[in-house]
Amino acid sequence: MTDPAGPTSTTSGKERLVTLRPLAPIVPPLNVSGRALMVVIAIMSFLCAVTLGAVTMVQEKAEAWQGDVAREITIQIKPADGLDMEAALVEVRTIALSFAGAVSAQIVDRSSTARLLEPWLGEGIDIDELPVPRLVIVSIDEAAPPDFTAMRQALAESVPAASLDDHRAWASRLISMARISVLVGVGILALMFATTMLTVIFATRGAMAGNRHIVEVLHFVGAETGFIASEFQKRFLMIGLKGAAAGGGLAILAFLALAVWQTNSMATAVNDQVTALFGRFTLSSAGYFGIVGIVVLIAGMTAVTTRLTVIRTIREIDRQRADPSLAEMD
Amino acid sequence: MIHFENVGLRYGMGPEVLRDLSFDIPKKSFQFLTGPSGAGKTTLMRLLFMSLKPTRGLIRMFDRDIAVIPGEELPLLRRRIGIVFQDFRLLDHMTTYENIALPLRVRGKDESSYRSDVIELLKWVGLGERINVLPPVLSGGEKQRVAIARALIDQPEILLADEPTGNVDPPMAQRLLNLFIELNRLGTAVVIATHDLSLMDRVNARRMILSEGRLDIYD
Repeated sequence: MTDPAGPTSTTSGKERLVTLRPLAPIVPPLNVSGRALMVVIAIMSFLCAVTLGAVTMVQEKAEAWQGDVAREITIQIKPADGLDMEAALVEVRTIALSFAGAVSAQIVDRSSTARLLEPWLGEGIDIDELPVPRLVIVSIDEAAPPDFTAMRQALAESVPAASLDDHRAWASRLISMARISVLVGVGILALMFATTMLTVIFATRGAMAGNRHIVEVLHFVGAETGFIASEFQKRFLMIGLKGAAAGGGLAILAFLALAVWQTNSMATAVNDQVTALFGRFTLSSAGYFGIVGIVVLIAGMTAVTTRLTVIRTIREIDRQRADPSLAEMD
Repeated sequence: MIHFENVGLRYGMGPEVLRDLSFDIPKKSFQFLTGPSGAGKTTLMRLLFMSLKPTRGLIRMFDRDIAVIPGEELPLLRRRIGIVFQDFRLLDHMTTYENIALPLRVRGKDESSYRSDVIELLKWVGLGERINVLPPVLSGGEKQRVAIARALIDQPEILLADEPTGNVDPPMAQRLLNLFIELNRLGTAVVIATHDLSLMDRVNARRMILSEGRLDIYD
């Protein structure tokens, strides 16, 4: 029980050295319930961080889709008798570029068109022999898009076979789907967060129940409520921080490991399927900050719960004092 | 120092377990509180320690009416009282030294300011060689002495000891009694709750006898 490195004291009289260990903390270090609490906090933090990461990924993916769709419009020219397709493509591009807000316009050439059709018609097709529509892809300024109605009218007057697709119908569906996905994600995150908080509160109170005798002794040897609460709060803040940091850190590592796996297994069937389903497992800075926020919040919640539990325990002791029927009869 | 006037206490809707208690505990006095088991000795000790409020009557502690003392002032008032619980209430993760120093520590005192006092007190109670031992390793008598030393470390004005010899053999009981007498000589009022008649016979002191909730005092 002695610590040779601990402070020494000289007693009066025989001037004999007494070796003391460094003072034990007022609240004992981790016991079984403290360890269990740390594990519970780590697990809940991990689940919460994974949910938050997934929601931020979905949200960013949805924003990316919206951006991609909003950045481009397509003008399609259907083949018609007597139509010089190449001349029509050039004219359409010129008309498109004449509108303010059209940044660039690119004609999808024969080979690219053939590649687009490859999945349905196979390789080596001669598109001149087939009545295949041709496309002009126009990049637009998202902030100040061109006047689509005027462009549509100009195209109809000059090239009747041309039709403009501003992706509005598709975009609105995609945006709705993305918004619903984010909303569902935020709902799940809120539920997950509420569950985590409740679990942490009840687990902290459970762990604190095993320390009631310490609160009583401190109270009866003259410690003030604030002092007792601070001592327990310090100890449980560390438990909360360690547990939450372990859970949050593990979630970050899991995302990093998945991202590395995705990078290293590109162009494989499994990767393609996973990427198509979940997108890239890359957390943005918002995701990392969110996870750090969760760690801080859970640790803080543990500390606050501990403080409130100590104050409540002391109030109970004082209530027994005021109402002897609540106290044990001796 | 302590004044009880027509004090009564009942648990819930039950009968009064303490009835019409009126007495004073003067400064530097020495008294035994005795009575049969279940007579209410521990309950009276709890009233003296302010861990219970009476259901009727007046209790004045250090010239303050305890009925009107706000809760946050109680710890400050309790610092003037040393208490030895029947079940010791030592903290198992702390050594004897740390347990005894606890009241000073919670008052925010620096360890260097009390280290030698604690060691000296440990020697005075005969535990100089058990300074770094944890309570689970101590015998009943040793625990008792640690609890007594903890109650005394901040030089209280009154010491309340609930069955302090209940767990020790006769020679140890005599040693503890000598310790209380010595403490009383140094100016601390002492109240010892006990049902050990032989212990009381060894000292010519005031006897407070509780029986069926009533108190008789023999000076």
